[in-house]
Amino acid sequence: MEAKTLFDKIWDGHVVRSIKDGPDVIYIDRHYIHEVTSPQAFNGLKQRGIPVFRPGNTIATADHNIPTKDQHLTIHDELSRNQVERLAENCKTYGIEYFGLNHSKNGIVHVIGPELGYTQPGMTIVCGDSHTSTHGAFGTIAFGIGTSEVEMVLASQCILQPKPKKMKITINGKLNKGVTSKDIILYIISEISTGGGTGYFVEFAGSAITSLSMEARMTICNMSIEMGARGGLIAPDETTFEYLRKVSSIHGVKDFEKALEGWKKLKSDEGAVFDKELVFDAAVILPMITYGTNPGMGMAVNDSIPQSDTKGGSSSESFLKSLNYMGFKPGMKLLGHPVDYVFIGSCTNGRIEDFRAFAQMIKGRKKAANITALIVPGSKLVEELMKKEGLIKIYEDAGFEVRQPGCSSCLAMNEDKIPAGKYAVSTSNRNFEGRQGPGARTLLASPLTAAAAALTGKITDPRELLNN
Amino acid sequence: MPKVKFEILESTCVPLPLENVDTDQIIPARFLSATSREGFGDNLFRDWRYLKSGEKNSDFVLNNPKFSGNILVTGKNFGSGSSREHAVWAIFDYGFRAVISSFFADIFKNNSLNNGLLPIIISEELLKKLHNLIQTDPSAKVRIDLEKQTLTILPTGDSVKFEINAYKKECLLKGLDDIDFLLSMKDQIADYETTKSMVK
Ligand code: SF4
Repeated sequence: MEAKTLFDKIWDGHVVRSIKDGPDVIYIDRHYIHEVTSPQAFNGLKQRGIPVFRPGNTIATADHNIPTKDQHLTIHDELSRNQVERLAENCKTYGIEYFGLNHSKNGIVHVIGPELGYTQPGMTIVCGDSHTSTHGAFGTIAFGIGTSEVEMVLASQCILQPKPKKMKITINGKLNKGVTSKDIILYIISEISTGGGTGYFVEFAGSAITSLSMEARMTICNMSIEMGARGGLIAPDETTFEYLRKVSSIHGVKDFEKALEGWKKLKSDEGAVFDKELVFDAAVILPMITYGTNPGMGMAVNDSIPQSDTKGGSSSESFLKSLNYMGFKPGMKLLGHPVDYVFIGSCTNGRIEDFRAFAQMIKGRKKAANITALIVPGSKLVEELMKKEGLIKIYEDAGFEVRQPGCSSCLAMNEDKIPAGKYAVSTSNRNFEGRQGPGARTLLASPLTAAAAALTGKITDPRELLNN
Repeated sequence: MPKVKFEILESTCVPLPLENVDTDQIIPARFLSATSREGFGDNLFRDWRYLKSGEKNSDFVLNNPKFSGNILVTGKNFGSGSSREHAVWAIFDYGFRAVISSFFADIFKNNSLNNGLLPIIISEELLKKLHNLIQTDPSAKVRIDLEKQTLTILPTGDSVKFEINAYKKECLLKGLDDIDFLLSMKDQIADYETTKSMVK
């Protein structure tokens, strides 16, 4: 039998029909929806007068457009409130399970899917949100879609997709001290650029990947979209099964043991052919930070900004426009550069492990006076755990305030905006112009690097502050 | 999904020769609270088009009376970032019917095709040539023939064939809709569920 990649196995198993010279009709096992990209899709269903085909396969949450303070009160902004209310209403009308504001299972869509046991190996998963790639950490084909496609999935539980090409990225070796999975993915994107993965679905492999926890793997797959890839996935292994065993027992996932048998077969066959293969050495990766306005413009935190975009291949006009927006110059060092804001959260680094890492560094220390910190758990469950583990206390003792869950400053649809011209070290995934508020200057980094900046008030190599 | 047909488009072009233009620039997140598809064109490229004071930024191409037309000619890696279809709605609502680049982000490309906005990929050399031409002669027209899959720069006569998958081409030419197609397959989908689906 022909050797197949994991991606091929899952994809081929979900083809309902192949259209000649066209896309495949792919069956979707799990559909996540949220308030921002779903209303127009529901309008479409209404206009056609059709129901949601399989409401049981869809899970809804409110996350993008919600406040992170006083969630028990009504949402002040009228448009935001309307959007959230429309989602609640649509879910009720069409029989979709909805975790609204204040629900104990509410949170960022890509945080709650895994932690509640809805994301399982071998599935096809879509959501009207590009970071759906996060769920690939469990060995799924998970990708972001547009609103027309959300409508397709609601209407038929299927989507029309051309099959992407396959890439394998192997990272071998042991990670340096102070280096996290966020640094791995920022490093890879800085090497291959934001367009380096376009047209591909990426499988991540190698000893540096298999040594990671599920949370850390999710960070990698989450940002696979930032290199242009359709998505990223990692073959499930004991770490995956262990995580799912725990989650299943908490949330009562049925037939765990039976499912496990199937999940164990989910890996690329020996000799399976990828369209492209890249290999990296973990030993060369240092704590990373971005200096520009796309996630490919990254470097080791103690490095200098390059003279030109040699790796990304952007023209000098685009490169300088970007540095100009950031208030930086080619050749500049960033260590010691003052920072105004620190944001810990998002579907990239808003999981319990991220808050533990942050807590470990700030414990017994104090927040720098010039820093405004936005500490935003990815979900209600994460918030609960933070309380239980005494992390909130550690944060408060160090001078930090912990917010309520949501996307928050990651895309600044709510009030959590970084003011124009201010610098924010952020654990989110995008440093685009204005992403965190008009004129905001975002520096993407790991929770450790963000913690170091929060304590010193400037860009700092986190290794200097590690509490063994 | 609007049922728009696309056959032949002949128009002058609006040049935006920047690379890596992401969907946050095309339509910033703070304008995504609407619940209908209409009206996004007013905020297309909002933060480049308007100054902080709220006045129009005369340096930005959409505010330059020299350039107009239904074709947006961009730089490499256009439409990266968020999956927001609002980006395509904004471009379409503004009046563009085709976007030309040497490289598009995947989701943006799919979203465009699903909304009757034709994304056309040409080589970097030709893209450069086209940008130079538009700058020197803003009245230069480009003709896009979807049936023949050709793009012709009229003043120079440069003509190239562009790629589009046959299914999507058919949909655009006839104004067909993916959802009608999927709904016609309901029995087949139900069959798949009983025989293969792992989620019950
Ligand atoms: S946290 Fe940011 S990237 Fe993640 S879903 Fe929310 S807005 Fe999107």
